[in-house]
Amino acid sequence: MNTQASKFLKSGAALLAAVLVSANCYAQDKPIRIGLVTFLSGPASGPFGVPAKLAAEAIVDSLNAGKVPAPYATKGFGGTPLELVVIDEAGGATKQVSELRNLVERQDVDFVIGYIGSGDCLAVAPVAEELKKITILFDCGTPRVFEDASYKYVFRTRPHATMDAVAGAMYLLENRPGMKSYGGINQNYAYGQDSWADFTAVMGTLKPDVAITTSQMPKFGAGQYGPEISTLLQSNSDVIHSSLWGGDLEAFMLQAMPRNLFTRSQLILVAGEPYLHRLPGSIPDGTIIGARGPSGVYAQKSALNDWLRQIYKERAENFPNYPAYSVAQAFLGLKTAYEKAKAQGTPGTEEIIKAFEYENFDSPSGKVMMKLGKGHQAVTGTAYGTTRTVNGVITVGNIKYYPVERVQPPEGIKSVDWIKAGMKPGKW
Amino acid sequence: MAQLLAVLIDGLIYSSWLFIIAVGLTLIYGVMKILNIAHGSLYALGAYSAASLAGYWIKQGYPPMGSYAVMLVAAILVGLIAGPVIERGLLRFMYGKDEIVLVLVTYAVFLILEDFVKLVWGVDPYFIAQPYGLLGSFDIGDLTYPNYNLVLFGAAVFIGVVLAWVLTKTRQGKMLLAVIHDREMSGAMGINVGRVYFITFTVGAMLGALGGALTAPMISVQPGIGAETIVLAFAVVVIGGLGSLPGAALAALLVGIVRAAAVHYRPELDLFSIYLVMAVVLIMRPKGLFSAQEARKI
Repeated sequence: MNTQASKFLKSGAALLAAVLVSANCYAQDKPIRIGLVTFLSGPASGPFGVPAKLAAEAIVDSLNAGKVPAPYATKGFGGTPLELVVIDEAGGATKQVSELRNLVERQDVDFVIGYIGSGDCLAVAPVAEELKKITILFDCGTPRVFEDASYKYVFRTRPHATMDAVAGAMYLLENRPGMKSYGGINQNYAYGQDSWADFTAVMGTLKPDVAITTSQMPKFGAGQYGPEISTLLQSNSDVIHSSLWGGDLEAFMLQAMPRNLFTRSQLILVAGEPYLHRLPGSIPDGTIIGARGPSGVYAQKSALNDWLRQIYKERAENFPNYPAYSVAQAFLGLKTAYEKAKAQGTPGTEEIIKAFEYENFDSPSGKVMMKLGKGHQAVTGTAYGTTRTVNGVITVGNIKYYPVERVQPPEGIKSVDWIKAGMKPGKW
Repeated sequence: MAQLLAVLIDGLIYSSWLFIIAVGLTLIYGVMKILNIAHGSLYALGAYSAASLAGYWIKQGYPPMGSYAVMLVAAILVGLIAGPVIERGLLRFMYGKDEIVLVLVTYAVFLILEDFVKLVWGVDPYFIAQPYGLLGSFDIGDLTYPNYNLVLFGAAVFIGVVLAWVLTKTRQGKMLLAVIHDREMSGAMGINVGRVYFITFTVGAMLGALGGALTAPMISVQPGIGAETIVLAFAVVVIGGLGSLPGAALAALLVGIVRAAAVHYRPELDLFSIYLVMAVVLIMRPKGLFSAQEARKI
């Protein structure tokens, strides 16, 4: 082979290699496209989906303007601006699988951040893996995502829902040690079933002599709760546990309040924080409220928290609830991983995954650690409090913060097994 | 005993609600042989209109008791506007086509109206809780029920009785029954079938909207409520026999009591109970409880 031909071949090979490498990297001259999947319609849209969308839009604007406090002051992701492609999560898991394929194969997004519904998370995670697209589950709660499977391309920057039950039961027993019975009303789908199973397991471990009176499992979006409320009333439970959320929770409260359910039983709403922002007139004093992490009303003062509150209020005219904090964690976690990968060289998919696994990053609700699910599942502490009316305004008082080791199982053990084994604090 | 009583009361209340949301659907099918999927959207429009207008009424400081009248007016307005627009603007061009085509057409209307609702009201929920608690409550045993539930029960009975009376005792009703029995022959005998269709669809739309308006104080009014409701209404109408008014009443009662019993005694069967009733009834009577015998035309 002559020298000229050899040079030609070498140049061609180099060019081909460059093309192949660049195909797996993120172009610097065009915006990074992020698919945002959140409920824009249906029962979950008002309290969860729309606040998450508003927060995401505000965060992207702020990131692109380089106005986020340290350590996130760089514009966009590593200087590259961000662009959102927003998709409605309503319609069920099958539809979401198709939507994810569309986002990746037709819309050509670089990353996907999304999913509030646990059923949706369980359905899309294997598909994201098949599509080899980094997908960040920002809000769904079921621990099954990383306890029953292992993923390379899927991350969850929000703690899973086990802490709702563990911290909720601890808080309840600390404040009501003499309780003798409890009942439950939870939606009949992945998150509702998991939440009730975890809560009963924790109560069985911490105070086995407390009786379970009834477990109501209306379907998601049932809307009518007359018979369920009668059953709860007749159960005369000291406490009612509920992981209802969105429109279901609102309808349940609207129907239960006039029937004096909460004069008989104290209510614990493990996912109730967004509800505080919506129907302040129909939440009784003494209701125990959770927010899956020290976010929303439980977020402590910091530069990042002040930033999120300010940019959200400018857009939504009220303060951010916990889904808004969830979406902030997803963006900041991804930004951290992206910029860490970029600092090492070209930020390709493999490099970003490597940087993301086991990373720690700051968020408006405090430090987030990617410690579970082989570095793909976040953990944080959490908080609980109790509602009380002050000058006609519902506030949350008697707030207690729980560190991560008390409310999350360590790596290698399933939540239910950890709970049944006595919830021994792990080493983090 | 107390629990049995609770099952009966809960069942009756739920049945009343089911009948109210299903009666418009069965009326339209009975007369026009159209399975109106858009009924779910008319329900949603009724709920949104009632929540908006009654909310405005209360916000202005007008007597809260007037909010019930406002809700009723909202439902009537929705029926009077949406009913004629859908029937005159679209459905009348489809008469005579296969029933499946008409189902698809009304499904398309449903999808359009779902987006229309989002366009007009947005995705944030609306609340109009005051009318639910305004009438006070009554106690039975150790259970408290808002008197608003009596309004639901009364409305269901009133609608059922009035419709039965109109159909069997008035000239217009008898003409309508004739159209149900044989559209072509009725037309040949001088009945203005188009006018009967127009009135029936408008009344059906009004009843759908009334279902939404009466439900609005008990729920968070938000996008998607129509889809949930049409499934239940459809189940009731199928169990009762498509197009049968007494069938819809009995089916609503059956489903309401069975669901309440499931919630009280076997909560894990709650989700399944309605479809269990549907399956059992359809196995025994494939065309529903009160399906009319169809005359074979030669």
